[in-house]
Amino acid sequence: MAYSDKLMDHYENPRNVGSFEKGDDTVGTGMVGAPACGDVMKLQIKVNADGVIEDAKFKTYGCGSAIASSSLVTEWVKGKSLDEAMAIKNTAIAEELALPPVKIHCSILAEDAIKAAVSDYKQKHGK
Amino acid sequence: MTTEFSQDFFQLFGLPRRFVLDSQQLEQSWRAAAATVHPDRYASSPDAEKRMALMQATRVNEAYQTLKSPLRRARYLLSLQGRDTQEETNTSMPVDFLMAQMEWRESIEEARDDSNVEALEALSASLRQENRALVAELASALDDAGDLDAAALMVRKLRFLEKLDQEIGDAIETLLG
Repeated sequence: MAYSDKLMDHYENPRNVGSFEKGDDTVGTGMVGAPACGDVMKLQIKVNADGVIEDAKFKTYGCGSAIASSSLVTEWVKGKSLDEAMAIKNTAIAEELALPPVKIHCSILAEDAIKAAVSDYKQKHGK
Repeated sequence: MTTEFSQDFFQLFGLPRRFVLDSQQLEQSWRAAAATVHPDRYASSPDAEKRMALMQATRVNEAYQTLKSPLRRARYLLSLQGRDTQEETNTSMPVDFLMAQMEWRESIEEARDDSNVEALEALSASLRQENRALVAELASALDDAGDLDAAALMVRKLRFLEKLDQEIGDAIETLLG
């Protein structure tokens, strides 16, 4: 099965690759990994005073679908509140990128990464 | 026929149901069992017996492959105790472990980009060491402490190390090939 254009685009031109300073108070860091394929994903969000995610970065070691999934969600979370970001579902990611069934776990990894980043941010702020 | 389908893989080879095992004994038991059920011995037997022998030969080989690999053996021991290792579903590995994974992947990438086979071989050597240490921890979690949660986590960790090994191997092959 051929991969979708959107997937290829995110894979070949990944958005928001990089890191924020982990210790920064306005940053939430989520790290997750998929044992079955050994993929590792770090996703960071930068939250402004109004509780809105103004920027996001990621670094992923994994297959093209994992890279595309994390690239996509860094675009999606920008401008969202923490609660809105928490509501992003892997099925939406999989649908947007037209992931084949064997790659669904990549979208699950991306969803879990956002959740972990938001939890980290909330923990830092005692929420 | 020596094998019973109700036996677990350890019973099949007359081995204690433990993680630490004598690999020579495993090898010998496997060879003996495989010889007993080898299809050649049933060449002139009725079809039903042939089929039975074939099924048993398959089972004996599956048992051997499962017990030979530390990762598969641990997963099997956990499954005998009703424990799923959650390799497909659990993404929340300890953060320091994942950080270390990132560093491994960065080092591999760097060595590959520099065409540095020596560095890759050094990484491979330290990975083997890491692997041995984890397998030793797994042995004590399974055989001594009976800590199934810890053992399941270690199985998941081993999967990541397996992937690293593959990445290093691929990089070396690309550079030498």
